[in-house]
Amino acid sequence: MNERPLSPHLQIYRLPLTAILSITHRITGVFVVVGIILLVLFLMGFAEGGEQRFLSIQSFLRSSLGRLSLWAWICALFFHLCHGVRHLIWDTGHGFSRATLSRFAYLEIAASIILTLMVFGLTRIES
Amino acid sequence: MNYQTPLARARGLGSAREGSHHWWHQRVTAIALLPLTFWVAIALAGLPEASYHDVVAWVKAPWNTILLLSFIIVAFFHAMLGLQIVIEDYVHTDSLKILAVLGAKIVLAFLGVAAMFATLRIALMG
Repeated sequence: MNERPLSPHLQIYRLPLTAILSITHRITGVFVVVGIILLVLFLMGFAEGGEQRFLSIQSFLRSSLGRLSLWAWICALFFHLCHGVRHLIWDTGHGFSRATLSRFAYLEIAASIILTLMVFGLTRIES
Repeated sequence: MNYQTPLARARGLGSAREGSHHWWHQRVTAIALLPLTFWVAIALAGLPEASYHDVVAWVKAPWNTILLLSFIIVAFFHAMLGLQIVIEDYVHTDSLKILAVLGAKIVLAFLGVAAMFATLRIALMG
């Protein structure tokens, strides 16, 4: 019985884009939670340590690793939002045909990148 | 000895009236988070460039305090529901599963309280 092939065999079966986005939705969800936990620690540090603590946290955010993490987080947040919207559409019983599935998949990826770039543009205008 | 199959026992008993609860809460919090997410993303994107006084003034602005508290409550609730599903899908030992879900929920609830406290402290005492 154990010799029988598994389906889908994850090391052989090439996942369709919908499946890749589905697992990405989970991964980004967990990643967003990790970021939110850091945000709490930031708020707490800031509430008890005042300006000094704020500046030490900010110096991390200004480093290239810090900026990369922040923008990766924002992008993950937008992807999770876009795929979440698709789940809401699915809940209405629409959008399950094969053509719609792939069209929406590309739309989601594009939307999350565009939204991240828009927020990036907004911070450039403000500063 | 009961020779009934589990299906036969369940038949006619009606629904558990509970099945859609988790799902529904997840959708309600998701919809509430849609606008809040844009607001939070824009706010956090400006963080590396903002001065300490900018950030304090931002948290102190009444609508920001209210939205920040709302975001914390809804986001932590949504995170609890989401992490629960992830744990339930990947942890297969029942006892471990229950402990992991409980642990994740308690830790998240605690962090949510900490976040709300910190927000209020900054907003009210600066």
